Amino acid sequence: MSESVVLLVGTKKGAFLLESDPRRDDWTLRGPYCETWPINHLVGDPASGAIYGAGGNEWFGPAVWTSRDLGRTWSHSSDGLAYAPGEEPVKSAWSLAVADGALYAGVEPAGLFRSDDGGVTWRHLEGLRRHPSRPDWQPGGGGLILHHVLPHPDDPQQLWVGISTAGVFHSADGGESWSPRNRGTRCDFLPEELRYPEYGQCVHSLAMAAGRPDRLYQQNHCGMYRSDDGGREWRSIEAGLPSSFGFPAAAHPRDPETVFLLPLNGDIAGRYMPEARAAVWRSRDGGDSWQDLRRGLPQDNAFFGVLRQALATDRLEPAGVYFGTGGGALYASADEGESWRCLAQHLPAILSVETLVVER
Amino acid sequence: MSRAAVEPRAAPVVVRLSGALRRLFPGAPGELALPAANVAELIEGLEARWPGMRDRLCDSRPAIRRHINVFVEGRRAGLDTPLGPGSEVDIITAVSGG
Repeated sequence: MSESVVLLVGTKKGAFLLESDPRRDDWTLRGPYCETWPINHLVGDPASGAIYGAGGNEWFGPAVWTSRDLGRTWSHSSDGLAYAPGEEPVKSAWSLAVADGALYAGVEPAGLFRSDDGGVTWRHLEGLRRHPSRPDWQPGGGGLILHHVLPHPDDPQQLWVGISTAGVFHSADGGESWSPRNRGTRCDFLPEELRYPEYGQCVHSLAMAAGRPDRLYQQNHCGMYRSDDGGREWRSIEAGLPSSFGFPAAAHPRDPETVFLLPLNGDIAGRYMPEARAAVWRSRDGGDSWQDLRRGLPQDNAFFGVLRQALATDRLEPAGVYFGTGGGALYASADEGESWRCLAQHLPAILSVETLVVER
Repeated sequence: MSRAAVEPRAAPVVVRLSGALRRLFPGAPGELALPAANVAELIEGLEARWPGMRDRLCDSRPAIRRHINVFVEGRRAGLDTPLGPGSEVDIITAVSGG
């Protein structure tokens, strides 16, 4: 048996897998899978080795795809992944999270489902959509989507979700009841006196610090933030970054002080790399200071964006960092972002990147 | 849509399944005969043979999905469109995508 690292890449036209040994210098690419459905999020379960893909197809609707043999064969199910008759139907599955034997799926329009049988059947965690704020939830540019689910690693009753545009919500009872966790995050798109509401923020991405479940990092439409109390209070960590706008955030697999972001040039400025020069930005001190990491990344004419789920780390030593672009290029670093190489250039638009380390 | 068992007295109809749908359900044939008195019953019959097929064809409103076309004798149909003995039904993916 030897270790392999698998990159799980969700694209607008199917899922792709790239695999390498732990040196991460020779990758093989397989795909497209999932009948070329848009796969918004592709995740792996380290415990079982299963791969799950959240998708939605214009013809056939939403489903979660499953492979238990690293992509060789796939099945799909949406059994229970539905709202009550008469409600606006689920259009697409958007985000997945594996925790403690459960599989969570966030969907559009925003809601949360749970599977306890590995994605075969689903049940709606109705409490979130019963929250009194729900009539005020507004769709962002990608729709009214529940795009991040962060289960607590030690307490199966706790989880956080991110909804665009509603903000961050937390449950301490397994999803029965929820409370907004947005204090300190701003809404630049509202009049000045209304910029810090209880909910309605345009959260773009959430990441949990390794070994510190109460430390959360957030990339928002309006700034980058850190919370050290599970989201009760957020403080800005955007000083030193080239813009306050971006989509993804990724935490280091072991160091809670290290976080990676990919700021874009601005929400109404094109949403591409600042000055058209690509960089991943890394903090080693919880966001107090930032370093731009550019070696190997295009420094001319980099007019691409990176979406909210398309930046990830692996758990190897040193940690690998990966991101995929809207133009279908996939970049990788095997040294925590110090240097980069392009693994693929002509994939469909990349919607998500995650990693899975398996024994082969 | 009713999940009740298909009425035993319903007569068989002929249904043709598009290739895109069959790729999602390996083993599903291009054409088969099923007893059904209306389109909803026909889709329940498909669901009984290939679990999950109803969700690919219908949403939870319930209604036939916007980009799925069901034709009965060459005319676009809905879930309550009646079927008679030997009715010919085509389930086809509509123009969509990008």
